[in-house]
Amino acid sequence: MATAQDRASVPPGAGLNDDIGEDKRLAIYRSQLRIREAEQRAYDLFLQNLVKGTSHLSLGQEAVATGFAEAMQKGDLSFCTYRGHAHTLARGVSVEKVLGELMQRDNGLMRGKGGSMHLTSEEHGVMGSYAIIGAHLPIACGAAWRAQYKGDKDVSVCFFGDGTTNIGAFHEALNFAAVWKLPVVFVCENNLYMEYTPIGDVTAVPHPAADRAASYGLERIIIDGNDADVVYRTAQKAYANARAGEGPSLIEALTYRHSGHSRADPAKYRPEGELEKWKERDPIKIYRERLKQFGVGDKVIADIDASVRKEVDDATEACKAAPMPPLDILTTDVYADGGWAWRN
Amino acid sequence: MAEITYRDAVIRGIAQEMARDNDVVFLGEDVAKAGGVFKATVGLYEQFGPLRVRDTPISEQAILGAAMGAAMTGLKPIAEIMFSDFFAVCFDYIANEFPKSRYMSNGQTKCPLVVRTGNGAGSRFGAQHSQSVENWCMMIPGLKVVAPSSPIDVIGLLAAAVRDPDPVIFLEHKSLYPTKGEVPDGEIVDRLGTAKIVRPGRDATILALALMVPRAVEAANRLQSEHGIDCEVVDVRSLVPLDTQTILGSVAKTHRLFTVEENPRLCGWGAEIVSIVADEAFYDLDGPPVRITTPHIPLPAADILEDIVLPTPERIMDTVRRSLQS
Ligand SMILES: Cc1ncc(C[n+]2csc(CCOP(=O)(O)OP(=O)(O)O)c2C)c(N)n1
Repeated sequence: MATAQDRASVPPGAGLNDDIGEDKRLAIYRSQLRIREAEQRAYDLFLQNLVKGTSHLSLGQEAVATGFAEAMQKGDLSFCTYRGHAHTLARGVSVEKVLGELMQRDNGLMRGKGGSMHLTSEEHGVMGSYAIIGAHLPIACGAAWRAQYKGDKDVSVCFFGDGTTNIGAFHEALNFAAVWKLPVVFVCENNLYMEYTPIGDVTAVPHPAADRAASYGLERIIIDGNDADVVYRTAQKAYANARAGEGPSLIEALTYRHSGHSRADPAKYRPEGELEKWKERDPIKIYRERLKQFGVGDKVIADIDASVRKEVDDATEACKAAPMPPLDILTTDVYADGGWAWRN
Repeated sequence: MAEITYRDAVIRGIAQEMARDNDVVFLGEDVAKAGGVFKATVGLYEQFGPLRVRDTPISEQAILGAAMGAAMTGLKPIAEIMFSDFFAVCFDYIANEFPKSRYMSNGQTKCPLVVRTGNGAGSRFGAQHSQSVENWCMMIPGLKVVAPSSPIDVIGLLAAAVRDPDPVIFLEHKSLYPTKGEVPDGEIVDRLGTAKIVRPGRDATILALALMVPRAVEAANRLQSEHGIDCEVVDVRSLVPLDTQTILGSVAKTHRLFTVEENPRLCGWGAEIVSIVADEAFYDLDGPPVRITTPHIPLPAADILEDIVLPTPERIMDTVRRSLQS
């Protein structure tokens, strides 16, 4: 939190006193940075052959996960994709649990049984990461249906990419949610590419999510997905509508991934200069400047930076020291009785 | 005790569970106001109201996805897929989503739901509305697969499926809907993973499922009266979990094994059971196990063609008689 001393140089009236408020702004900054540092660390660990398999980083997309998560209440549910480290961390799951899973250690979130693409933490409302494109949109509808049926006040929030909007399940879920007026918020992170193909090459409309909203009687919403404040405000409004029984929202957040689709992808398909242009609009850079504009001192920011770095360093060391999972978990939890027997 | 149809047993089974537990909800295409294309849900909408019995769009992925999301967060959904052939358009949920969420999450998430569907041939509907898809489902770790053959089993196994903590695929045979059976009054709850000896016998074991059960029983009765061959008919009822104990016990008694499957021959459930028997009870056998199946072809529509594809009592009789005499 900013101290009076940190603010000494701030012009009068420039405090963090708008609708978002200082505590929330600092939390938003910390969360974005935590995601950035944890994912960069995941990449370093991959180069050291300590993270195996594949993984999909959200470098550059941190504002979307953070803005939507910071506007959620405890009990709200999130559904994400194989590119879900960010959404999982944003809901408060520890860096150690996430890196442990990526390193396939016993201290990982699912003890190595899920892997990078399948992070789940029910206690944090992280209801799974789905690696089949579009599968989780109908599933999020079902969770929202339960809330509606039981009179629970939670919202289900479902993140997916622009490429997902061309899958049948997207259209089935949007229509279903709209006709049943479900408390679900669909968040399309339009990062301009599906895997390697620009989304415009394979989509009939310029805005893959927003331009289709009208087909389901929904508002056309396009936001700057690199500005966490914009994201946060949009989320608050959508959640409030959902809780008030006004049904689903479909939000298209414009953003950009700095890295390739997955770690195997050097992203050579990008036009020259595109990455550099987007890096000027790096969400963390934007937010750091925002904090300064509001008068947060360099020391406060540096303290957050240092504590996040320490958290990621400590998590890395803990994961390196953690054992591999024991082989006896191999056959657990196939069925609800805890085992895998399909015959007597 | 009353005699009711298999169709009415479906309605009674769903109603029994919905009346018992408010968390049981029901969704599908044309299931509410219209009472279902097979009329197997008539009256449920009137009894339980629009919040619990819900018509959906033609969106099989949304139906199964929504059932899963609801199940993961506390409801006990029963989802109807009109014809089991349509599993193919929502197979992601059946193959990748329901059965894997518990394992991938290391036991954090659960998926207690039932998918009911009209399975099997005999209605001259052709190759895309007549398949028996039990083998599509049986091979997937994490699913349970049930296929009742009588009204009483429909109610009892449906109740067991709804109360089960795992995802259960419940295959109703389309050609059995009008068939009748005695059902006692009051609540009926059966157990998954139990086979039933529906006709005791000494000379051979015939394993059958769903529509093949009454055909196997008819064959066994005629083998007895016409040829003096006394067959035991075992209704397998549940492919997962599989009651190998009852099956192996029957083979130990009769020493001969026949399976009657309404599905294409390749990779059918009978092959799996024959393999289990070969592994674990080889020396109980007095002769090679024999599988009676449909051929490896899509189902034809014309009655004259469809009738010769499905195993009939005559084919079962002939196969058993010839094998025992050779
Ligand atoms: C049904 C299905 N088809 C294809 C794939 C392979 N695949 C994985 S990620 C991806 C691109 C998805 O793009 P988008 O929805 O824009 O998400 P982003 O990766 O940009 O977050 C594809 C085609 C898949 N996982 N599932």
